[in-house]
Amino acid sequence: MSKHTLSVLVENKPGVLARIAALFSRRGFNIDSLAVGPTEHPDVSRMTIVVNVEDLPLEQVTKQLNKLVNVIKIVELDQAAAIQRELVLVKVRADNETRSQIVEIVQLFRAKTVDVSPDAVTIEATGSSDKLEAMLRMLEPYGIKELVQSGLVAIGRGARSITDRSLRALDRSA
Amino acid sequence: MTEHAASPRRGDTPAAHAPAPQHVVETMTGAQSLIRSLEAVGADTVFGIPGGAILPAYDPLMDSVKVRHILVRHEQGAGHAATGYAQATGRVGVCMATSGPGATNLVTPIADAYMDSVPIVAITGQVASKAIGTDAFQEADICGITMPITKHNYLVTDPAEIPRVIAEAFHIAATGRPGPVLVDIAKDALQATTTFRWPVETSLPGYRPVTKPHAKQIREAAKMLVGAKRPVLYVGGGVIKAQATAELRILAELTGAPVVTTLMALGAFPDSHPQHLGMPGMHGTVPAVTALQKADLLFTIGARFDDRVTGKLDSFAPYAKVVHADIDPAEIGKNRPADVPIVGDAREVLADLIVAVQAEFDAGHKGDYAEWWEKLDEWKKTYPLGYEPAPAGQLSPQQVIERIGRLVGPEAIYAAGVGQHQMWSSQFIRFEKPGTWLNSGGAGTMGYAVPAAMGAKAGRPDSEVWAIDGDGCFQMTNQELVTCALNGIPIKVAVINNGSLGMVRQWQTLFYNQRYSNTVLHAGPGHDGVEPPAQGGTRIPDFVLLSEAMGCVGLRCERPEDLDTVIKQAMEINDRPVVIDFIVHQDAMVWPMVAAGTSNDEIQFAKGVRPDFGDDLD
Repeated sequence: MSKHTLSVLVENKPGVLARIAALFSRRGFNIDSLAVGPTEHPDVSRMTIVVNVEDLPLEQVTKQLNKLVNVIKIVELDQAAAIQRELVLVKVRADNETRSQIVEIVQLFRAKTVDVSPDAVTIEATGSSDKLEAMLRMLEPYGIKELVQSGLVAIGRGARSITDRSLRALDRSA
Repeated sequence: MTEHAASPRRGDTPAAHAPAPQHVVETMTGAQSLIRSLEAVGADTVFGIPGGAILPAYDPLMDSVKVRHILVRHEQGAGHAATGYAQATGRVGVCMATSGPGATNLVTPIADAYMDSVPIVAITGQVASKAIGTDAFQEADICGITMPITKHNYLVTDPAEIPRVIAEAFHIAATGRPGPVLVDIAKDALQATTTFRWPVETSLPGYRPVTKPHAKQIREAAKMLVGAKRPVLYVGGGVIKAQATAELRILAELTGAPVVTTLMALGAFPDSHPQHLGMPGMHGTVPAVTALQKADLLFTIGARFDDRVTGKLDSFAPYAKVVHADIDPAEIGKNRPADVPIVGDAREVLADLIVAVQAEFDAGHKGDYAEWWEKLDEWKKTYPLGYEPAPAGQLSPQQVIERIGRLVGPEAIYAAGVGQHQMWSSQFIRFEKPGTWLNSGGAGTMGYAVPAAMGAKAGRPDSEVWAIDGDGCFQMTNQELVTCALNGIPIKVAVINNGSLGMVRQWQTLFYNQRYSNTVLHAGPGHDGVEPPAQGGTRIPDFVLLSEAMGCVGLRCERPEDLDTVIKQAMEINDRPVVIDFIVHQDAMVWPMVAAGTSNDEIQFAKGVRPDFGDDLD
């Protein structure tokens, strides 16, 4: 099994997320992570889906996704040729003794302290999964009170855009 | 992508459709807009039942002179009728139901149409948009429920969207790989005043079916076909849906390759043709199953390597390379990897292949299948379809079906339910033309036959339509005979009555030590399952009386010597539906058979008889 990152352009219509999530579960695939948001085009949303599958089933699930009428385009982003980011917000136990050590870790990982109280700090960090994992490992000994993490979002490197052509087609039909 | 809603599609007969009105802009209710849209896309028949949420639509429907509504007795009947209509005519079938239970009763026929890629549009009423999500009376999330069993579905709450959605629904249902589309319309959208505009521009940026095959792949496929020693044209229902049977015949005769047609493709290639080996699969002919097992090339067109065809997948056609042409890219490589994948409409694929194969011939490459045909002819001769005669004085089910096929002939349309009678129909009726065999192949929906036959007859009133049904299936949907009787839809129904759920009984005989748990239909729990029904039996229900109560002519046939007379008698009655209760012996079994989960090499010609395959080929 290996991780694959799919960028899926979909029509911004009600029920699309349900269609995609249901398709994965019906065909027996597990979604590792999923992030949805708007794009530069108001009628189009972009999903970044990370799945852990072999190549052959990946091809099948991609073809099945492509059959959904609301799915405009699917691109698999190559790990090496794409920028992949996750966002984490984490609340760490902190007192006068440990706070400065925690802030040092935050700086090491180029994260941000976004909230401070007498016995906790809240940290915001973005980065690759590996970086965030490393940071969380460092923070763990101080006591993680609460943690929330976004799905992964990704974009290909270089000037090429995966949205260009499909969005132009969409404009023509509008 | 912009598509014109009223553009003709493959499988459509424009003459049968009223021309779409030129640039109409009118103010009306959503309900009127719905009916006008249905008229504009050329829908001429709707099967349905009204109820609270869909009620506004039924008011303008009453005045439509273009759309005929047929009031069924159960929504499941409406759905299967739409499917039968679509399969017999090649046009989109339409069914209509109200919200909640009306809509959920459509679930089975929608799932059935999805599995067999039948173009139908289901229109359901939904509770008013403000009430959606409140568990209102007769509310069901039918879009959520049918998401995995529709090609696409819509929830409409804005009446202005109705014409576009109807145009898109028909377009999606009919093009590419056909399938069911559901349109759920909130009651307030039907009641509100709106503007009806036609023609309407559809907006389907994510829907672009590929119909034109890739030239390089076609050349590659042609090369493989002429280079093969033991090819088989493995033909599926896609060839019928693409109306590509003429092209198939040309390619088959040009190459001289043997042809097998799956359960969904019966009629795609004439049964009487010398190159036809029959149906492959669990109850296929020995030559068809064996040819696939021994082939060095599967030339697959519009088929999907269904488990009923392949048996145990990893031992299916072990020596074969695979050319796989299908309009649905997801089918290619799904079950069996393809050496030459071709995405395209079967008709275009076959037309291009004919040219490409001819080019190979012109270049001096011609396949030599003489040695292959020696084997095939030997298997055909040694293992023809047949059946054991019934005990003296009793009717055998195969004989009944065979005689119906002979006397009624290949021009008629046959619809079957699911089970033994379906398999015997596929085996013993000779199909010569496409669109003459309707059955529930993928879903295996018992109760399909009567409503599907009704839909077929409504769509093709000049054709003789026979439902071949089992007594189990018949008891699931026979109420639609009332619909037939009241609406001038004179179908014939042959109930192959063995008093039991025959196919399940066959499995109990073979795999469950003859313990007949809950498969006897003619008696209650005290019955041992073995004792045949006494002559006259319980006759619960009495199918003759039941049919007559529903406004049909009820006939019964119990003796072989009456068989032809009764069939002819039924053929002469054309003002009412006719039901014949054929009392057949209960222990007949379907052979040949590949037991579930085993290799096709283990095919049994008859119980305990494995054919001699000539295993020297490998």
